[in-house]
Amino acid sequence: MFRNQYDNDVTVWSPQGRIHQIEYAMEAVKQGSATVGLKSNTYAILVALKRAPSELSAHQKKILPIDDHVGVSIAGLTADARLLSNFMRAECLNSRYAFDKPLPISRLVAMIGNKSQIPTQRYARRPFGVGLLVAGYDSQGPHIYQTCPSANYYDCKCMAIGARSQSARTYLEKHMDKFRECTLDELIKHGLRALRDTLPSEVELTTKNCSLGIVGKDEDFVIYEDDEMTKYLAMIEGEEKVTASAAAAAAAATAAAEDDATMDAEGQSEGSAPSQDPTPAGPEAEQKMEH
Amino acid sequence: MASTDMIRNEFWRNGPQPGSFYNFPGGKNSEQIGSAKRTLQPIVTGTSVLGVKFDQGVIIAADMLGSYGSLARYRDFSRVSKVNNSTVIGCGGDIADFQFLKSIIEQRVIDEECLEDGFSYTPSSLFSWVTRVLYNRRSKFDPLWNTYIIGGVDEEKTFLGYVDKIGMSYQADSVASGYGAYMAQPMDARSLNKYEVAIVTKDGVEIKSPLTSETSWDIANFVSGYE
Repeated sequence: MFRNQYDNDVTVWSPQGRIHQIEYAMEAVKQGSATVGLKSNTYAILVALKRAPSELSAHQKKILPIDDHVGVSIAGLTADARLLSNFMRAECLNSRYAFDKPLPISRLVAMIGNKSQIPTQRYARRPFGVGLLVAGYDSQGPHIYQTCPSANYYDCKCMAIGARSQSARTYLEKHMDKFRECTLDELIKHGLRALRDTLPSEVELTTKNCSLGIVGKDEDFVIYEDDEMTKYLAMIEGEEKVTASAAAAAAAATAAAEDDATMDAEGQSEGSAPSQDPTPAGPEAEQKMEH
Repeated sequence: MASTDMIRNEFWRNGPQPGSFYNFPGGKNSEQIGSAKRTLQPIVTGTSVLGVKFDQGVIIAADMLGSYGSLARYRDFSRVSKVNNSTVIGCGGDIADFQFLKSIIEQRVIDEECLEDGFSYTPSSLFSWVTRVLYNRRSKFDPLWNTYIIGGVDEEKTFLGYVDKIGMSYQADSVASGYGAYMAQPMDARSLNKYEVAIVTKDGVEIKSPLTSETSWDIANFVSGYE
């Protein structure tokens, strides 16, 4: 029934110094479809892969508008994302009402961090099962932030989260140096290529299954979906997928290393040496199953 | 024995004294029970504040007198205050209310500095916030009895705004409080030749204080026809 005796509640530590419920919540993000965020000097963009829960239903929205200067894309539990985005919208409106100023992105994200921390420390509560990529523009320029169910958040040059997102991160790491000086079109092409790298070989990006969010200097956050995507998909059409086998091999290698290391090294024990804890047999087996 | 000698003032520890209300934790205290109390008139008041934009910044000036009715009671009250390196606030009306709001603003500025995120109050954001606070208080029929003049420089743009005790606000190139129906009370009061000015430019805030202007009664005999 239980994978081990220390994963029943978020208030219980394992002897290895881990809180399994939080780690499981982090896994929920990896179940959601992939989404990519990146920025140049003047723009921050989000690209997302949409899923349709069934043949009969439309594709689920992945990018949500928050305010004129900020939007998010989600991976994980959609219902939790709706709650968080509702909160973010309220905070953004409040800033405009009280201070006649858009809410700085760093403060908005810090508020999500504070809100997310509470259910990671209380009996009978559960962490949010959603990760967000927040794209925004404020007086300090464009921003991409990643938030986690563990209540950590990261200021990023670019980031990808969700299922098979390691391939997108591999692409981003390779091309990161060019992003700063990119034009908007180049940035979008990088975003779409990174997203395309997360797809299984038999699947393609279509106007149905992907969407794009853009925010920039003096430009409000806009979302492009369906037919509006035609123009952007055409920009990378015909390009070879980055040698699928080589990229996949590289991705798999880093993915294996990172999936184990991320939580311990960055998420949980801040700044200290990588954890030497032995990995309990249970969770590791599960990780293999889910990927 | 000592304990039995002590006079028992309370029914129980930290409880009410005989004949007094007990203040339940988190509830209303006895001062809030009974008729509502409002500021019906300002007590110690400051009179006019002046604000002017110039090509590179803003100047706000006010004298340093705290009047008690028509009595020139306190002669060393500062009515202009630095908020941060880009923003100053000047105040007319009830000085206690100004001190109250000023302490809140100062704490908020400290809280914001602690974030160290590179954002701080701009003249326009403080102006907006003060407008909200004053309108909120007047909507409770408990206004802060002040007029505020808020000025500063943000990204090389000068700002000057006016807010009064009912939350009415506007921006202009020059503003003055004190000469209106709302400020009739301080009009009865005196003014003083001791004053201070706050100058904001892109380089920061400079408050010159206290300054004095020369006064002379020698010209008094020229003033006639107003009796």
